[in-house]
Amino acid sequence: MIWLVFALLTFAAAMSVLVPLARSRSAGAKAVSQRASDVAFYDAELAAIERDVERGLMSADDADAARAEAARRLIGGSAKPAEAEALRRNRTLAALLTLALVFGGGLGLYLYIGSPALRDQPLTARRQAPPEQMDVMAAVAKIEAHLVANPMDGRGYDVVAPVYMQLGRYEEAARALARANRLLGATPEREAAQAEAHMMAGQGKMTPEARQAIARALALQPDFAQGRFYVGLAAEEDGDMALARDTWTKLLAAAPPGAPWADVVRGRLARLGAPAPDAMIAPPSGEAAAAIASMPAPERLTAVRGMVDGLAARLAQDGRDAEGWLRLVRAYVVLNEGEKAAAALAAARRALAEDSGAMERLSALARQLGLEG
Amino acid sequence: MIVETGHYALVLAFALSLVQGIVPLWGALINDRSLMAVGAPSALAQFAFTALSFGALTYAYIVSDFSLINVIENSHSQKPLIYKISGVWGNHEGSMLLWVLILSLFGALVALRAKRMPDDLAATVLAVQSWVSAAFLLFILLTSNPFARAALAPMEGRDLNPILQDPGLAIHPPLLYLGYVGLSITFSFAAAALINGRIDAQWARWVRPWTLIAWMFLTLGIAMGSYWAYYTLGWGGFWFWDPVENASLMPWMAATALLHSALVMEKRDALKVWTIFLAILAFSLSLLGTFLVRSGVLTSVHSFASDPQRGVFILMILVFFIGGSLALFALRAQALKPGGLFAPVSREGALVLNNLLLTISCATVLVGTLYPLALEALTEEKISVGPPFFNLTVGLVFLPLFVIMPFGQMLAWKRGDLLGAAQRLTFAFGVALVGGVLFAAIHGEPALAAACAGLAVFAIVGAFVDIFGRITGGGFAPAAFLRRAIGLPLSAWGTTLAHAGIGVSLLGIAATGWGVERVVSMRAGDVAELGPYSVQLQGVHERAGPNYSETVAIMTVRSAGVVIGTMNPSRKFYGARRMTTTDAGLMTINLGQVHIVVPEQSPDGSIDVRMYWKPYVALIWLGALVMFLGGGISLADRRLRIGVARRAKPKASGAAPQPAE
Repeated sequence: MIWLVFALLTFAAAMSVLVPLARSRSAGAKAVSQRASDVAFYDAELAAIERDVERGLMSADDADAARAEAARRLIGGSAKPAEAEALRRNRTLAALLTLALVFGGGLGLYLYIGSPALRDQPLTARRQAPPEQMDVMAAVAKIEAHLVANPMDGRGYDVVAPVYMQLGRYEEAARALARANRLLGATPEREAAQAEAHMMAGQGKMTPEARQAIARALALQPDFAQGRFYVGLAAEEDGDMALARDTWTKLLAAAPPGAPWADVVRGRLARLGAPAPDAMIAPPSGEAAAAIASMPAPERLTAVRGMVDGLAARLAQDGRDAEGWLRLVRAYVVLNEGEKAAAALAAARRALAEDSGAMERLSALARQLGLEG
Repeated sequence: MIVETGHYALVLAFALSLVQGIVPLWGALINDRSLMAVGAPSALAQFAFTALSFGALTYAYIVSDFSLINVIENSHSQKPLIYKISGVWGNHEGSMLLWVLILSLFGALVALRAKRMPDDLAATVLAVQSWVSAAFLLFILLTSNPFARAALAPMEGRDLNPILQDPGLAIHPPLLYLGYVGLSITFSFAAAALINGRIDAQWARWVRPWTLIAWMFLTLGIAMGSYWAYYTLGWGGFWFWDPVENASLMPWMAATALLHSALVMEKRDALKVWTIFLAILAFSLSLLGTFLVRSGVLTSVHSFASDPQRGVFILMILVFFIGGSLALFALRAQALKPGGLFAPVSREGALVLNNLLLTISCATVLVGTLYPLALEALTEEKISVGPPFFNLTVGLVFLPLFVIMPFGQMLAWKRGDLLGAAQRLTFAFGVALVGGVLFAAIHGEPALAAACAGLAVFAIVGAFVDIFGRITGGGFAPAAFLRRAIGLPLSAWGTTLAHAGIGVSLLGIAATGWGVERVVSMRAGDVAELGPYSVQLQGVHERAGPNYSETVAIMTVRSAGVVIGTMNPSRKFYGARRMTTTDAGLMTINLGQVHIVVPEQSPDGSIDVRMYWKPYVALIWLGALVMFLGGGISLADRRLRIGVARRAKPKASGAAPQPAE
């Protein structure tokens, strides 16, 4: 539908130029020539002089002089060359130019900056939309209104909290979780989610509120994995690396086989004890790159480290990925972690021993990065 | 769909502006009529598409479509409808869209009259005008797009800056833009004249009505802005020599000078180079104003959101158009034939003096506005060039204009009779003297106020002396007076009114010298004396508005013990922006105004009240209205509307009358 409207508009725009261009062949006689306009102006000037004389503003002598002056101008102003024959070629060129600008320029520019897929979203319609068609913000607003009317509905808070998280409204998420806990009874999951919300609100820092929430989660269920992972994070942030390593090692030991979070913990463990790099790092290529690039520097570093740790953990499990190893080695060098890079190189050679092509590339990379010799 | 249609229409308007900028100009250069004929219809189409786009944005504001970032940032669902609409241009992106809408409107108006103009002039004017449109459309689309969408539409917007939630916003920017952008037409005419190499009296005739339109709206727009600042900003002043105000005053001065020099060019074929230069200058100054306000070089209520990228873009536009036109000017200026010489004592002589004084005033304001900026940029030293500098310098240069104005009207073209003019102005001089003395007797000090008031009276009365003489010229015959008054050309009435109007404004400005200001702390029941009146605070109430809450003070004003009215100055608190504004209470009594602001409420229940009594202050803005009216009457004069070519043509060529389209 919208494309039909666009097509009509484009057509109208092109026609507004092309039609007069085509019709003007016969319009020559109608146009006001410079000459006619000059004569008309001269007539008007004579009339004005006449009026000035009537009013006594100008003497008869002066009027004669003024008339002569105007006449001189009329004669002097008519030195226009004869009209060139309108060339068919010019019209064709002009028409092509118009089509190129309107279709190419107009449509091209619009596709670059426009959002043809986005519909109008008038407020009234959004408010009245049936629940299944409601957009996120309208749904949130509806739940909020519901909660203002029914402040004791714990489930409402439970539902809205993860949406707040997605929208980046972390403080509201934490508040909603706290209320849900109060109304429905506390669970370790909600406490951990609350800790996460506080951390996000504190831009990745382990805030006092987050620590309290973790403590509450573990009080409810001492072996709650997410909670213990956070304890390790808090310790790391405090600089207590021994406690962090200890906590996570124990957590890994107790992990059920195939736990989805085990890789993350392993990555974290692998990172511990490394000297803090101070060089700037280049963000990795790929889809996440744009998101990472837009973060502030400290967060970006954390994010990149997280990705590198994840990659290391994956390769530790399944080492038959030459590209992955190459990337990992390069990443460690970029992060200024020479020992780890060397270790990764060694591990890669072990894992890819049977792949001669990959071995060659590894050696080339090592030479290039100065890891050998 | 409406929103994206508006967005696409804006892109199409840009594409059309390129076509219109290239094809007719090309046609004019090679004298190909079929190419020139593209100018007018594409100008109309460009206007239609821009208007469609503007309509779509307005629709988005009215229905509170918060999927547009621009609407989120500047609207609120609870805002009254009028502010939803005026909020469209109460922000950077929307105001730029209004700017191009008016640009294309002027283009369309020229297009409608193009049939009466020489082909090549119309084609070139439309092409140049379209280059200006194209530059600003590209600026909007690339750096300030009001149609940018938000990924997630919030349910509520951040509201419009409360200072802008005022009827003034509905009036002031459109009027001012009509003025600023109207000057783009005179600029286009100047550039077209330079491109075509034909700069003559006829050109001046064509350009004068457009200058007049721009000047009228500029006058009204500035006056409206001044009145708005007067009642909103809460310190009772009507002009602050703020750089943004200066940015509008400079084009006004240049346009006023242009209006007068174009007259000389038309009547005497003289001052050609100068007139072209003024036409370029006037628009350049309005571009400069845009740059100063939009780039963030200046901070003020007018600089909504500013960012360097936009500043650089506008700077490029500025350099391109000013530099380009001046280069063209330099290339062509030597080729101009000098016009007829004239005696210093003549109407054209007076007009030259007028131009001299206006340009010096304009240059003074320019220096005063830019010098602090330049100094800060070079040495990081902050100085402020304030009202004392401007009042002294501009006052000294501008005030003599009021003296020469009536003389100018009285002098004949070519050779004037100064003594005769002076004799005929004796009456005006006498009235001015008596008026000045009377003002001094009634209002007392300062003497400067009385002197200026006397000068204003001279300008007002003097403006009518010429017309009066022409009506009563043939001896005393009352029956003939009316006939002659009607028979006078409208432009004579227009001149008289416009000249009288600025005299009226001067009278209002002079009277500010007699103003009374009081700052008092009041409790309910307290009475304060304010000049000839006494003001009593009855009480303070809380009131809820649609998107604000309000503290209103109820005050009664008495004159000699008799109640003459109540006033409700208030403070409004806007929740969405967490901002407070003051709403002045105004009461107009005999052209003067009582102006009350309540800036603060103390915890102990008393309120701080700032009160002013400003005699004749309304004249400042009434004068501008009279000037506007004068311009309008002058514009209605048939002789200014060049229908002549059209009337003369059918006879000459024998062509059939043109069909109405």
